[in-house]
Amino acid sequence: MSEQSLFRVEDLRLSLPDLVGKSFVGLAARIEILRGISFTIQRGKVLGIVGGSGSGKSTLARALVRLLEPTSGRIVFDGQDISHLDEQALRPLRRRFQMIFQDPMSSLNPRRRVKGIIAAPLRLHGLTGIDRRVDEALDHVGLPRGFRNRYPHELSGGQRQRVGIARAIALRPEFILADEIVSGLDVSSQAQVLRLLEGLVAELGLTLAFISHDLSVIRRLCDDVMVLRAGQIVEMAPSAEIFAAPRHSYTRGLLDAIPLPTLDQPGWN
Amino acid sequence: MTALLEIENLSVALKNGPRLLRSVSLRLDRGEVRGLVGESGAGKSMIGKAVLGILPRSAEVVEGRILLEGTDILTLPPAERRRRIGRIAALIPQDPLTALNPSHRIGPQITDRLVDILGWKREKAEARALELLAEVNISAPARVMRNYPHELSGGMRQRILIASAFAAEPALIIADEPTTALDVTVQKQILKIIAGMQARHGTALLFVTHDLGVVSKVCQSLSVLYAGKVLEDTQVADFFRAPGHAYSAALLAATPKYTDPEGSLMPVGPEVLAAVQAEVDAADREWRHV
Amino acid sequence: MLDGRGSINRRVGARLWLSGGWLLIVCLASAFAPMIAPQDPLAQDLMSGQLPPFWVHGTEPGFWLGTDSLGRDVLSRIIWGGRIALQVALIAGTLTALVGSTLGLVAGFYRGWADRIISRLVDIWMAFPPVLFSILLVAVLGTGLRSIIIAIVVIDWTRFARVIRAEAMNQGAMDYVAAAQVAGFSRQRTMLTEILPNVLPTIVALLSLEMGIAIIVEAILSFVNLSISTDAPTWGGMIAEGRTTIYQAWWVLVFPLIALFLTVLSFSQFGEGLKDRFDPVLR
Repeated sequence: MSEQSLFRVEDLRLSLPDLVGKSFVGLAARIEILRGISFTIQRGKVLGIVGGSGSGKSTLARALVRLLEPTSGRIVFDGQDISHLDEQALRPLRRRFQMIFQDPMSSLNPRRRVKGIIAAPLRLHGLTGIDRRVDEALDHVGLPRGFRNRYPHELSGGQRQRVGIARAIALRPEFILADEIVSGLDVSSQAQVLRLLEGLVAELGLTLAFISHDLSVIRRLCDDVMVLRAGQIVEMAPSAEIFAAPRHSYTRGLLDAIPLPTLDQPGWN
Repeated sequence: MTALLEIENLSVALKNGPRLLRSVSLRLDRGEVRGLVGESGAGKSMIGKAVLGILPRSAEVVEGRILLEGTDILTLPPAERRRRIGRIAALIPQDPLTALNPSHRIGPQITDRLVDILGWKREKAEARALELLAEVNISAPARVMRNYPHELSGGMRQRILIASAFAAEPALIIADEPTTALDVTVQKQILKIIAGMQARHGTALLFVTHDLGVVSKVCQSLSVLYAGKVLEDTQVADFFRAPGHAYSAALLAATPKYTDPEGSLMPVGPEVLAAVQAEVDAADREWRHV
Repeated sequence: MLDGRGSINRRVGARLWLSGGWLLIVCLASAFAPMIAPQDPLAQDLMSGQLPPFWVHGTEPGFWLGTDSLGRDVLSRIIWGGRIALQVALIAGTLTALVGSTLGLVAGFYRGWADRIISRLVDIWMAFPPVLFSILLVAVLGTGLRSIIIAIVVIDWTRFARVIRAEAMNQGAMDYVAAAQVAGFSRQRTMLTEILPNVLPTIVALLSLEMGIAIIVEAILSFVNLSISTDAPTWGGMIAEGRTTIYQAWWVLVFPLIALFLTVLSFSQFGEGLKDRFDPVLR
């Protein structure tokens, strides 16, 4: 069964320097953001990771794609322990796991055109037929090929997020981590981007981790849901189960707090 | 009876530019809670800013009237207008992190306005502030009054801003996306506090939001906006039964609803957008003609 | 909307053209000084001392902007002085930008010990009063163009280092840097291809300011007689000399001052204009 799991995370702990309480001299104290997290992501599945602010979900995201190095514990990607690999050793693996960022304005270099943004990683990994691949990636995310020569600030929020997705899928990775990718978008673009992602997962056979503070956008997309609080897993279960009958009161509270667009929601009067 | 707020044919435009609000009309009675709903760029915040007289410098009112308690505030001289708006209306801002001055304690930030502008005695203002902080469920109001903003969480700060808005018993409060920056659980508390305060004080509320879920919980009526045009002006009960405009219906279908995964998160179709854009263009042509 | 943008562009254009035009004049005049200057800038003629400019009664033809108390032609001296001013501006400005920006970029992007060392160095530097520091340096290095340029670079690199460090830190926190890392780019490559293009407009703006400052520093050093050599015509030296005869011959002071003022102003305006015109983000 082990070849089934693409990611295996064991007792992951991660501390970061506490910048707020930084003392005048010496090193800043460290605070533990992730406090012993273990889970696996099966190949071809979509895992939702949910939590409020301060739950550590973004830190977990950045540790998974090794933007951060774990303090202890193991992250195993396709049988290989990547917890402490250096950049050089990671480089060949980088092509296989990609990330889509929360704020598409900040994650796209403002001084590069769309084609440059999508093509740079392709060139780095020595791929051929770059122009064709850029066009394909744009086709996949439903952007006209004419957008190749635009700058990020000439696009709408939803279009920018599509460029971010195009950059990630152009490398044909096996795994994509999507960190709060719809939270800054209007509901109409939010729905479009989610549908797009849903289609890409099926079409390209992607494994996906979808991070969100909002349980309500996760229901459709995710096979499993993990609920995080204060750096620990509160509950992890198949999506249908969590929404129908959450076992933990924290999850229950998160669900009840979502204002549904209906007039007859219990607990709101 | 005259309405508390009546906006008639209000158009706001960038200087020498296109209209940001397109002949907006809406009415708000005393004690009514009306949602202003739309996506980014729909002009929903712009309406609130126009009523409060805080439009950005680049924008100007090109036609229309804003009647506040029967007086058109647009015809008043600036000083008079500011005084009048200050007496009748208040704002709950969107971002609790930047809306409080980081270098002042909480207490004066609530009481200064009462003392300096409304001429209250300081003791009376402080007593009032304590009372209101307790009313928004802040457990140690006297201590919080002495805190600086950075010592408090986002939810706490938003509650302080709510207390501050209600302090002078305004007849109208404009809440500009007051919970967008907050976690869902905190959002629920804040929405309940706003609803409770509104009901107790009988304040009319203009609630600007992009979230139809929030509208269904706090509003009685709503106006749906697209590109600065009011598409629909209706009661919440009617709206959630059957939206009156194709675009509003599409917006409702796009809103996430975990109880109905197949029927929600539907992308707004290009034909709906084309139709509503055509409607806006037609209104512009007619407006230019007049 | 279009009208609004058009007028902004026109204003940007005017700024760019006016400042660029003046700088072009100064450049051409400096390059062709031997051909253009009507007189020998060093030729003294005590008989025609303190001649007024051409429009004032009692002047002599050929001395357009008058002469100083030793009878040297003011216009010719300004033209030759511009040569030195420009050299200082271009060489010292560019070197300062290069040294300061490199250190600032490294400190702001790599952080860690590199940042600690560079930042402490900047702090120590900032504790020296710059003008006294430069006088001290030139006194130690000896006068001459090269000493002045070294003094300016040694003193002013912190201006770039501080600003570019802060800017690199801001940019480094952006997700596009994380995206480059996820793609597998090396740190060095990320700094050069992702961060540098984003701080370049700031470097250009600072550089144009720095060129003006370099001219002023050179003028100050000439003013206190620590510049090239006593008889070489420099704007600062002319201002110093003109000061003593301001009541008899104001033109000796005023014309080099105008040249200095316009050139320094043009450098800063030219930099801003370039930034507004060619930055894709602002445009």
